[in-house]
Amino acid sequence: MRPTRWICGALLLAGPAGHGATVVIRDATVHTVSAAGVLQHADILIRDGRIDALGARLTVPPGADVIEAGGRPVTPGLFGGVGHLGIEEIGLEPTVDDYALKLGAMRPEFDVTPAFNPDSVVLGVARLGGVTFAQLAPSAEPGGKGEGGAIIAGQGAIVRLDGTVAPGRALFVAAGGAANALSGGSRAAQFMLLEQALLEVRQPKLLMASDARLLTPAGRQTLLGYLRGTGPIVFDVERAADIRQVIAFAQREHLRVAIRGAPEAWRVAGELAVARIPVILDPLDDLPESFDSVGATLENAARLERAGVTIAFSFDAPEPHNIRKLRQAAGIAVAHGLPWEVALAALTRNPAEMFGVADRHGSIERGRPADLVLWSGDPLEVTTLADTVFIQGVQQPLSSRQTELRDRYLSKLRAHTAR
Amino acid sequence: MCFTLAALLGGCAAQAAKPPKPAPAVPAAASTDGAAFYPSTYQPPQVRPTLIRNATVLTGTGTRLDHADVLIVAGKISAVGGHLQPPADTLVVDATDRWVTPGLIDIHSHLGDYPVPQVDANADGNEATSPSTANVWSEHSVWPQDPGFRTALEGGITTLQILPGSANLIGGRSVVLKNVPSVTYQGMKFPGAPQGLKMACGENPKRVYGQEKKQFPSTRMGNMAGYRAQWAEAQEYLRDQQEYRRKLAAGAKDAKPPKRDLRLDTLAAALRGDIIVHMHCYRADEMAAVLDMSQEFGYHVAAFHHAVEAYKIADLLSERGVCAAMWADWWGFKMEAYDGIPENIVFVDAAPGGCAIVHSDSEEGIQRLNQEAAKAVAYGARAGLDVPPERAIRWLTANPAKSLGLLDRVGTLEPGKMADVVVWSRTPFSVYARADLVFIDGAVRYDRAHPALTPQSDFLLGQPAAAGISP
Repeated sequence: MRPTRWICGALLLAGPAGHGATVVIRDATVHTVSAAGVLQHADILIRDGRIDALGARLTVPPGADVIEAGGRPVTPGLFGGVGHLGIEEIGLEPTVDDYALKLGAMRPEFDVTPAFNPDSVVLGVARLGGVTFAQLAPSAEPGGKGEGGAIIAGQGAIVRLDGTVAPGRALFVAAGGAANALSGGSRAAQFMLLEQALLEVRQPKLLMASDARLLTPAGRQTLLGYLRGTGPIVFDVERAADIRQVIAFAQREHLRVAIRGAPEAWRVAGELAVARIPVILDPLDDLPESFDSVGATLENAARLERAGVTIAFSFDAPEPHNIRKLRQAAGIAVAHGLPWEVALAALTRNPAEMFGVADRHGSIERGRPADLVLWSGDPLEVTTLADTVFIQGVQQPLSSRQTELRDRYLSKLRAHTAR
Repeated sequence: MCFTLAALLGGCAAQAAKPPKPAPAVPAAASTDGAAFYPSTYQPPQVRPTLIRNATVLTGTGTRLDHADVLIVAGKISAVGGHLQPPADTLVVDATDRWVTPGLIDIHSHLGDYPVPQVDANADGNEATSPSTANVWSEHSVWPQDPGFRTALEGGITTLQILPGSANLIGGRSVVLKNVPSVTYQGMKFPGAPQGLKMACGENPKRVYGQEKKQFPSTRMGNMAGYRAQWAEAQEYLRDQQEYRRKLAAGAKDAKPPKRDLRLDTLAAALRGDIIVHMHCYRADEMAAVLDMSQEFGYHVAAFHHAVEAYKIADLLSERGVCAAMWADWWGFKMEAYDGIPENIVFVDAAPGGCAIVHSDSEEGIQRLNQEAAKAVAYGARAGLDVPPERAIRWLTANPAKSLGLLDRVGTLEPGKMADVVVWSRTPFSVYARADLVFIDGAVRYDRAHPALTPQSDFLLGQPAAAGISP
């Protein structure tokens, strides 16, 4: 047994354990986000990257590193939402912004994942905030002169903040007034176009001679996969009436859909619950940013939960730089009526299930890869920081480009204040 | 709670019934710039004295008082301390286990100028037709029905500065508002508050003019040349006015006043110190260049806004007496924000005499400036820079008040100041904190227990989708 002093000052880093290291986190409050619930005074034994044992007073194997939690909370690694992590290094710089296809045609086969840059400095910043996985999503944007977008933005994978990529994909579709410029000026045409695309998939021969087709052969192949349920189709949609259209469309076409954004989802919560359609929402939406979100309220999450709708959290804005703030947004949902445990699930297990990675993310269970965070306090509280982060079995360094900038200028500041 | 809100709001009804104060026939100030022709019509309602009892009080002066009372009389802070004896007819608020702070002040907002819903028809925040539009005044764009004023109030915002946007090198004049419902912007205008001047560094003017319009400026050196040309013109304008006054005083009958120029009126007022200069500037090196320019032309920069790299020059800023207005953790959304760190605010605060301000520039952020401050405190503690709550609260109260030239009126809970006060459900440095009561000039403008008594925007009235948005 090799006890390691746990340290709050990030300036003094314990060396992160490699994949082979055996680590015991002792005396933690473990939020498993599984059927086991919350384990008080529990130990977590991590061996070969996996959670080998979970329970009270575990025997510490010889040579194991011990992290004394002292009752501090441990949660599954957090979800960073749906957006541009690793595909948008800096806003407004086209050479490092890879998130929108502007070829002017409907190309569901466009998969933004190959643009993912595991060396993006944004990953390190988000890791320090306890984020361990996020869903890549391309954006549907109209583009400039000579360019164009389409309401089907394309596909993206779950990416992990250790730089790896999960195998599954999700498909993203823009609907509602914000996408009017992509559908000839009317949101009604969005469903017209989608129905035509599905017709091309289902009856390829019927349309072989047509020069008005929307999809390439690869696009038809891709959509066919989603019709067979290989991944969720995520609709960006806001106003209640549009959400109803999406529900009806999904039922008519037998699609597996989730909706994202949805500030007015609470107004159709019962219908969403019956249709078993999950909602990925931004807990901070509370203003009529557009005429599609006149019903926005900070109680959206709480009201959906009460109606039995499964929720996950993501900022509406896809910019990745501040996804560490998502847990603050979850805390705000709690301050507006959402049960705390549900808020944590909306940052962990729920998105992991929606995007098909619940076997590796979103809960703390024996046999799973260790993907978890030890926090200095309540993980949804703004004064709390991550003390230790494991991603897929590997303890992460608690440093980033930001901590290096901090440390460089901290010494300058100290010299000045000492004067 | 020991009082009824209706009694307090009665004062508001009385205010609405009052005839407006007639505009003065001549400008009150000996100024040619016309500001006195657009006076505030805001009148605080007459309300009974209020005693907030047994709270944890952060006074904004750097002091924390436990189990303390705050007494409000005639719209002003009357006393702060233990076991205060209220006068007869005082409303008493039991604030046991709750926290009390000065009303929060956001020095960087575009509410009303860029209101929601974000429709082109109401996008009135950037007069992006010339790199210098010092002639425009943000107050003339303010739409008082922006629903964002109400949500900001629920976050404890009592005073806010509305600035023109940052498309231009020189964007125009700002206005300081009290966060009270009003049909006209004049009814929100903070009585007697100096106007500000919005200027902008860096990428935005370069992009809007150089990149998009293919005109000057297209570089940072172009930006600097652009400001300097404007200041040089303003100096000449001031000299012409002084020369005219000198001739008048000497009895010259044929003295002709210089032709009035609204743009130069503003710049000359800034050089005289009558208008406070606020500069949008991210990068440390650009801030340093602007400080040199301020010495060349003899004016003072009150605050750098969005000062993402202030931590690199915390010493320079404190030596020059310049505040930095910052976000807690926004970064990376453009190149000049790439070096943002969440310790920025505490670094600026730690320099001797440093003036750190938390600002929003956002209809979301303005709802929770207290949480932004809390995040900065947490990151600071991890870097070994501990800031107690009684000091951190100054970032959103006394320091912004100072940068607006209003510290003699708001920003702390000192006797004689305007009674802009927030009663929080718990420490405001928490994600779970809610503003229970927000007082402006002693009148309750928001009561969480009776939210319907604070009027919603006209825009939301009769909208089926908005039915039931409040708890």
